Amino acid sequence: MLTRLPIMLLAYPEIFLLAAACAILVIDLYLKDATRWITYALSLVALLGCAVLTTIVTGMTGGQLATTFNGMFVSDMMASTLKMFTYIAVALCLVYSRVYMAERGLYRGEYFALALFATLGMMVMISAAHFLTLYLGLELMSLCLYSLVALDRDSAVSSEAAMKYFVLGAIASGLLLYGMSMIYGATGTLEITEVAGRAARILQSDHPSKAVLAFGLVFVVSGLAFKVGVVPFHMWIPDVYHGAPSAVTLFISTGPKLAAFAMAIRLLVNALQPLSGDTPQFQSGWQDMLVVLSVLSMAIGNLAAIAQSNIKRMLAYSTISHMGFMLLGLLSGIVGGNALSAADAWSSAMFYAVVYVLMSLGSFGMVVLLSRAGFEAERIEDFKGLNARSPWFAFIMLLLMFSLAGVPPTVGFYAKLSVLQAVLGAGRVWLAVVAVLFALVGTFYYIRIVKLMYFDEPQDAGRIDAKLDVGVLLSANGLAVLVLGILPQPLMQLCFYAIKGL
Amino acid sequence: MPSHWLSLAVWVPIVAGLIVLAVGDRNPREARAISLLGALVGFLVTIPLVTGFQTGTSAMQFVELVPWIPRFNVNYHLGVDGISVLFILLNSFITVLVVLAGWEVIRSRVAQYMAAFLVMSGLLNGSFAALDAVLFYVFFEATLIPMYLVIGVWGGPSRVYAAVKFFLYTLLGSLLMLIAFLYLYQKSGGSFSVLDYHKLPLPLNAQILLFIAFLMAFAVKVPMWPVHTWLPDAHVEAPTGGSAVLAAILLKLGAYGFVRFSLPILPDASHYLAGFMITLSLIAIIYIGLVALVQTDMKKLIAYSSISHMGFVTLGFFIFNAYGMEGGLVQMISHGFVSAALFLCVGVLYDRMHSRNIADYGGVVNTMPRFAALMMLFAMANCGLPATSGFVGEFMVIMGAMKFNFWIAFLAGTTLVFGAAYTLWMYKRVIFGELANRHVAELTDANTRELLVLGLLAIAVLWLGLHPAPFTEIMHASVNELLRHLAVSKL
Repeated sequence: MLTRLPIMLLAYPEIFLLAAACAILVIDLYLKDATRWITYALSLVALLGCAVLTTIVTGMTGGQLATTFNGMFVSDMMASTLKMFTYIAVALCLVYSRVYMAERGLYRGEYFALALFATLGMMVMISAAHFLTLYLGLELMSLCLYSLVALDRDSAVSSEAAMKYFVLGAIASGLLLYGMSMIYGATGTLEITEVAGRAARILQSDHPSKAVLAFGLVFVVSGLAFKVGVVPFHMWIPDVYHGAPSAVTLFISTGPKLAAFAMAIRLLVNALQPLSGDTPQFQSGWQDMLVVLSVLSMAIGNLAAIAQSNIKRMLAYSTISHMGFMLLGLLSGIVGGNALSAADAWSSAMFYAVVYVLMSLGSFGMVVLLSRAGFEAERIEDFKGLNARSPWFAFIMLLLMFSLAGVPPTVGFYAKLSVLQAVLGAGRVWLAVVAVLFALVGTFYYIRIVKLMYFDEPQDAGRIDAKLDVGVLLSANGLAVLVLGILPQPLMQLCFYAIKGL
Repeated sequence: MPSHWLSLAVWVPIVAGLIVLAVGDRNPREARAISLLGALVGFLVTIPLVTGFQTGTSAMQFVELVPWIPRFNVNYHLGVDGISVLFILLNSFITVLVVLAGWEVIRSRVAQYMAAFLVMSGLLNGSFAALDAVLFYVFFEATLIPMYLVIGVWGGPSRVYAAVKFFLYTLLGSLLMLIAFLYLYQKSGGSFSVLDYHKLPLPLNAQILLFIAFLMAFAVKVPMWPVHTWLPDAHVEAPTGGSAVLAAILLKLGAYGFVRFSLPILPDASHYLAGFMITLSLIAIIYIGLVALVQTDMKKLIAYSSISHMGFVTLGFFIFNAYGMEGGLVQMISHGFVSAALFLCVGVLYDRMHSRNIADYGGVVNTMPRFAALMMLFAMANCGLPATSGFVGEFMVIMGAMKFNFWIAFLAGTTLVFGAAYTLWMYKRVIFGELANRHVAELTDANTRELLVLGLLAIAVLWLGLHPAPFTEIMHASVNELLRHLAVSKL
């Protein structure tokens, strides 16, 4: 009997990145600090290579759904799109953090290797078609992130943050795994599409394993909520964001959010769609759980952010509220048991996630930019009078803040518009009202940053010297928020195609 | 033939603003010159909107329709009718004056100041011309950003409080309006076109909820009692130009919202809640008029007088006859001229004395006779003296109210007494009498630039007062159509 080799082609980007990361790790051993730029350049080249390969793979499959490795690995439009955004996010993180890391003696080979392996983990998560693949990717990413947080090993705050992150992350992984095993127990399969089919049949037949399935769902959603970082599973976010070196915070708040979104889609939409709730067989399912998570996240995230005096903590709470907002799109897909407008709703969540990552890159990038050797621009007072110090970067930050607040004509508004549209489409008017009220609360702390930058006098006369590459890319990042706000159609349409191909 | 005058009216000021920003704060001279040029061109491109306007029809004119976000069926849809066209003109006109008024007065960050006003002018034109709900919302909300910066950066001592209050108050209302738009989008089967909403049948309870959502947005902007408290703060703290634009244009957006959205989309709810709206308007007219009487700060007094005058506008809209409706619209335009003029007058005094306290002045006429004469005209217009623009609108609204209900007309009429009382009393204390102190004695009369700005406004005030026919003629067809539309139930 011949065992057919899996079609490797679909996984070429992952395989390439694995090889490249290993190679970079080895090459870096032979480099001195002065020639560290080679590692940096190679890492960027590796990401570029992944982008090229992903484009080729997408071209070959025509964006159609294709699986390999016995259905453990999937390549579809969503995977390609999210991977592309992940490469961009990771590459921008590397560029933004170069000076910051160098000034703190953290500009070492490990940083690049860990970042690339974390990226690989994200890619595997995004392409997972099997619970085990998903878990593998998740752990690869998480372990790299724990180490990245602790990269500054002399810093007590960082070590504490890493410890917290690790312990809570391990619990979350445990919950997720436990949930997966229950679902396996009920359905007898770990393949995501199979799970969906069998779960639907179990629900039809009123089988006793219905209860096991429901328990599994609860654990899976809890584990997912931990990883996405929504209330009440959010406790690690402020501490980790605060404790990690700013450049690592930048990393954690961007790419992994895309991976977490992909995980949510793979688990909830692809595998557990029959348990979404609002069907005769299963009255309340994950959609209703997400309602609770989302409302709590928007409430606690926005209210707690007001009280913060540290901008990293403030942005951490803002992340929580934004993830709550993103869930609004995810939970509006299935209405009355039918999925007619589901692609609209889920693509609005994807649009939200991508837009959030863009804004997060810019705002944490600015925090990184304002930090200098021996000085962390962490307190919100450090933004005082930025307009007097650098009108251009103040303007970029202004765009980012108004975008986070969801004020047109920035893209943050369209992100909110599209998820609210989905929520109203699902007939939950009250939820939309709650969402905008908390968005209003959130506006307060974003415009406080604008107030500090424009209305106050600078406390710190230090010049902001951005390296050319950082200056250009950060400006492009900020302006993208405005340009996509004026022309949001292409990105929206891209997200729609990506979700439609599921 | 498709025309692009509306797009020009929107984008010329915005582009000019961006150019001014690019020129930068280091070249204030160039920044001023480009701003004035941009504002003038921005005004000139709005003139064809009136000269080419067809008065006989209520249809939208100068329509531009381009798909913008096909994903949500959002279009770049601009158009004006007799109701909106004049506000575009008014806004572009006021922008020129505001640029002139800030010419020498603003010394820090000149380019940013001028750019904020130019960008805001374009966005406001966009709000008046937008016929797509999302487009309208984008313009409507985007105006908050420059105004927030104008108040916060160039404002008075408690500018931060005022700016944040202004921002959050207005945002609260408009977010609920956004939900209303999304609800209408669902109900209309996926359309954001305002004109489609006009035809959309809706049950009464839905209409009432939507009306309340719109009311939150527009009442805060107008502002109506009791959500007016942000306005005195914002006015007092804003720089002169900011106050002028705020009073002359931004407040009109709220009233315009009622005419463009609340009334035609929700006619039954409008009738159902008319008593409520009239009550709020009368409270604004009478109570706020009394509040204005006791103010000691000139800007605060004019701010309260604005609220009171805007009460007339909303009153006119909710008595559902042609006199009231047209009167309300004329009052909006008149108030645009008069309030801008009064704020600029206070600005002229403030630049010299650095005080807005009425008590610090007295006998200004002795040192500033030409200025006193012009301010006299604006004060009279603010009281509604015949032959000034203030008279026309108020008279028409009172006539309309008389047809509707005598007692409402009677209560509204008291404004003529209160308005005269607070305006003239302030005028008397500031301008007449003996020279109050050494500082007043050292005042210099208004310079050419200031006289030009105030003179242009004086011409406008007299023109609208003596010969309002060209203005009302433009409105006629659209107002009649709106009233016909309002008379038909949508249930």
